[in-house]
Amino acid sequence: MKTVHTAINPERPASAEGNFYQPITSAIGPGMNERIQKLRKLSFETQPSLSIERALIQTKFYKKNFGKYAIPVLRGLNFLEICKQKTIYLGEGELIVGERGPKPKSVPTFPELTCHSVEDFHVLNTREMQRYTISQEDIDTYEQEVIPYWAGKTMRERIFNHVPKEWSRAYEAGLFTEFMEQRAPGHTALDGAIYKTGMLNYKEKIQKELDKLDFLNDPEATDKKEQLEGMKISCDAVIVFAQRHAELAEEQAKKELNPQRKAELLKIAEVCCWVPANAPRNFHEAIQMYWFVHLGTITELNGWDAMNPGHFDQHLTPFYEKEIAEGTLTREEAKELLSCFWIKVNNHPAPPKVGITAKESGTYNDFTNINIGGVERDGSDGVSEVSYIMLEIVEELHVLQPGNSVHISSRTPNRFLTAACKVIRQGHGYPSIFNPDIYIPEMLRQGKSLEDAREGGCSGCIEVGAFGKEAYILTGYLNVPKIIEITLNNGINPLTGKRASIETGDPRNFKTYEELYNAFKKQLNYIVNQKILVSNYIDSMFAKYSPATFLSVVIEDCISKGKDYYNGGPRYNTNYIQCTGLGTVTDSLSTLKKHVFEEQNFSMETILNAVSKNFEGEEILRQTILNKTPFYGNDDYYADAIALQVYNDLFEAIDGKPNTKGETFHLNMLSTTCHVYFGKVLEATPNGRLAHKSISDGTSPSHGADTNGPSAVIKSLTKLDQTKSGGTLLNQRFLPSLLKRDEDILKLGSLVRSYFALGGHHIQFNIVDTATLYAAQENPEDYKDLLVRIAGYSDYFNDMNADLQQEVIDRTENDSF
Amino acid sequence: MATGLIFDIKKYAINDGPGIRLTVFFKGCNLSCKWCHNPESMSPKVQKMYNASKCIGALSCISNCPNDALIMTSEGIVTDFNTCNLCGKCAEVCPTKAFEMLGSSILISDLMKEIDNEAVFFDQSGGGVTFSGGEPLMHANYLLEALKACGERMYHRVVDTTAFSSQETLLEVAKHTELFLIDLKVMNSEKHKEFTGVSNEKILSNITELAKTNCEIIFRIPLIEGVNTSEENILKTADFMNSLEGNRTVVNLLPYHNIAENKHLKLGHSTHFEVFETPSEAKIKEIIKLFKNKGITATVGG
Repeated sequence: MKTVHTAINPERPASAEGNFYQPITSAIGPGMNERIQKLRKLSFETQPSLSIERALIQTKFYKKNFGKYAIPVLRGLNFLEICKQKTIYLGEGELIVGERGPKPKSVPTFPELTCHSVEDFHVLNTREMQRYTISQEDIDTYEQEVIPYWAGKTMRERIFNHVPKEWSRAYEAGLFTEFMEQRAPGHTALDGAIYKTGMLNYKEKIQKELDKLDFLNDPEATDKKEQLEGMKISCDAVIVFAQRHAELAEEQAKKELNPQRKAELLKIAEVCCWVPANAPRNFHEAIQMYWFVHLGTITELNGWDAMNPGHFDQHLTPFYEKEIAEGTLTREEAKELLSCFWIKVNNHPAPPKVGITAKESGTYNDFTNINIGGVERDGSDGVSEVSYIMLEIVEELHVLQPGNSVHISSRTPNRFLTAACKVIRQGHGYPSIFNPDIYIPEMLRQGKSLEDAREGGCSGCIEVGAFGKEAYILTGYLNVPKIIEITLNNGINPLTGKRASIETGDPRNFKTYEELYNAFKKQLNYIVNQKILVSNYIDSMFAKYSPATFLSVVIEDCISKGKDYYNGGPRYNTNYIQCTGLGTVTDSLSTLKKHVFEEQNFSMETILNAVSKNFEGEEILRQTILNKTPFYGNDDYYADAIALQVYNDLFEAIDGKPNTKGETFHLNMLSTTCHVYFGKVLEATPNGRLAHKSISDGTSPSHGADTNGPSAVIKSLTKLDQTKSGGTLLNQRFLPSLLKRDEDILKLGSLVRSYFALGGHHIQFNIVDTATLYAAQENPEDYKDLLVRIAGYSDYFNDMNADLQQEVIDRTENDSF
Repeated sequence: MATGLIFDIKKYAINDGPGIRLTVFFKGCNLSCKWCHNPESMSPKVQKMYNASKCIGALSCISNCPNDALIMTSEGIVTDFNTCNLCGKCAEVCPTKAFEMLGSSILISDLMKEIDNEAVFFDQSGGGVTFSGGEPLMHANYLLEALKACGERMYHRVVDTTAFSSQETLLEVAKHTELFLIDLKVMNSEKHKEFTGVSNEKILSNITELAKTNCEIIFRIPLIEGVNTSEENILKTADFMNSLEGNRTVVNLLPYHNIAENKHLKLGHSTHFEVFETPSEAKIKEIIKLFKNKGITATVGG
């Protein structure tokens, strides 16, 4: 019998949540040797599938044990049960071992958070894009064993049964997204602790805290005891998990005829016997140590933006240097092991979503981001030979995961920056570039210690945190252009005619720009408060019902505080709201300010009418707006002043609002790919953007609005005090012809240095391909920024005639400028 | 205060000297190279460009023209240049920038503001300011003021010139310039006159004198098939370079591209521009080799 639920369950595409990445379709990269080529090929070609194993183990366990133990202990035991029972995998040629599912690219489900329906599975099994296969037999089993037990008990249902009407109407209008409705709060990156501390050491630490508990004077002593017990059990779980791999390796070694592989298998057995129980002793063990911890955290729960090793190069360097000096490791061997690790990460697509989101979601990426370079805890340069090896791997493997970023401080050598720019030139979109000289003060402003801030970096996209010591929860994106839209419609969502927010007045009656702006600000504050209200509720739910007892072991201060990762255990506890569409908002306000209020070229009525009919029959108006309005991204003070005001007001609305952990919310300026979804729920906007087209991403200018080259874009962005946010995002499009000569690479490096000297947080370069150029021919106004270089001369693609454009397209294809 | 007619200021210029630069394009040139890829730079007067492909037929230009100089035709808007006084009203009201005015007198103080905005890029890249054109030496007083102001700010200065000016002017400018980019178009004087409108004796003697200063010089050859790609011309160019004082052994080869056609059309030039031929890859390689044999480093682009 099926239970019917009446939970508010808004349906929307999963791309709404921003984890929407296109799969890499390029040919299989070379890889460094035959082993890596084979493993990469397998990883690349294996179709993602769903495994119901975790759900079955867990459901059986919950049926038997729910109510017998305190929740943290139950979670620990549940994790232990999974580690004891799950199918383990050791593939041919592997050196780094372990999979979350029973085989590569096999993804478990997490019914305690959100339970897939039979229909979801059918959709996932048959959709065209990014399919996850599952057998009918498994679907039947799931229907009988899993679904009935979890009905009404999942986190998702808990949340949607609770949310207030005001929140729902704004959420349904697409004013913001909510990350935690299908996944657990994640955003975790590690510091170097696990390379010095094995699970046995952690258990000792936990026991010490348990022994210290004062049940007479500490009112929280019982809560702490339960939490610490759960954490201790979690340590055992990963040790068991590793031990089972050691046994499997030994078993395989016995049967192995090839002496070389036999030796490798015995080595794997030795490594898995030692880590994660003990601290690693060498390079191989260090990588395997991290990988077991990684797998533990993503098996325990499906934290959003899974898991991230942090400054992996810095963590591995002591092992590398010691072994190179001792002669027990060669550079080639190190690179091979790291390549194996890279492929392991690629074997782990994100768990797919439920509901309509299952239909549209293209979410393979679990957002592990390897931070390369940067500074050490003591402030010195963090670049080492391992950093260069990693760049080589990025270039040679080009797999979807892990993502990677380079961190360029003023003390980072030019050699490293240039090496990174050469990888960027390949046009895979990676690595992105971060500025520690700005994100360190960002974190200091939020109250982190200098050393902890230096050890921080970016976890998934562009948001930064103190690695290994912070829970920094991304709560969802804010559709700031939509806030303009409802302001212009007095709180009504024009797409549905339904009320989405409060009334702030009919804009036709506004006499001044300030009146308009104040109405916008009022809407902004109201919407942000709605979002925070529910975020805090969700945070409390996770702390109560779904503690992450294993993750809490490896994030500092959870043990000493006796508190969970979700419950203020980490040293720092931040909530972020990610604001999107600064370019679209600025340009829209600039249009209204200039043409309606200052020059009175058009009335508010005229513009609102044009917007509501998607500028149909209003091309002259639209072209006037596009060509005769100061837009953000041109080092133009008129537009940039508006951007700055909006940015500062976003900061005022968000920064400092209390979260449930005694700390506060902060501003973030990232969009990932959510700007596409947000554009879909928007009418045309006053800046001439047509209905349902994407809004501007991150803090980048609107597409085609920046017509003065990359240096002007940089000048515009650095008028914002970026240290007030926890991350800004700048995407720059470059044609390959601008990066042809080695000299051009150096100039690109200087452009990055300039942006960072001025206070930029992050920049990434999309090297344009021919498809983009064809798109630019079709929609020239979206691509006004495309600069082309022809020997000794450069010009905007848009300003060329069709023949020359074709020549550029041909040359881009053949890369022969 | 001196004025100079400027038709463009380009940021993130990466082809006009070392590092990231800002390039100032002066309007007006005393040569008239038939292959010029910036035909809008030739006339020393303000000009109007019309881009028919951007025109959406708003007709606000026609209704706003104080001189009734515009007519709508099947080919788009046509300007009667007998009555047009280049007031710029059409460009001001055009919603799509189909009309654009070319050339404006910019005060040195305003120019320096633009330049100062880019200082961080110069500092980080070892870049600076390039004065190009047209012919910057035609605006010598303005140019000198701008060069001096850049010098005070420690910006690296490049002058991109034909060297066709009075020797006195060139040597005065040289006192405030770190690097010259100079075209060696074709060594045969008659051919030079045929294709550029002037013979090259003055240019060559100016370069000879300039080479005696401490300024760095990078030569450029716009490589055009049938004009200057012959072995004879390349060898003569190399010999000339080797005859100069100082170590003047760097030349950039800029293979011809038919970039200008579109611009000619926008300027209303109907037929009097020529289309030339781009030299083949093999030919370019051969030229590089010829230079190499003479001890000169030739690279494509610059």
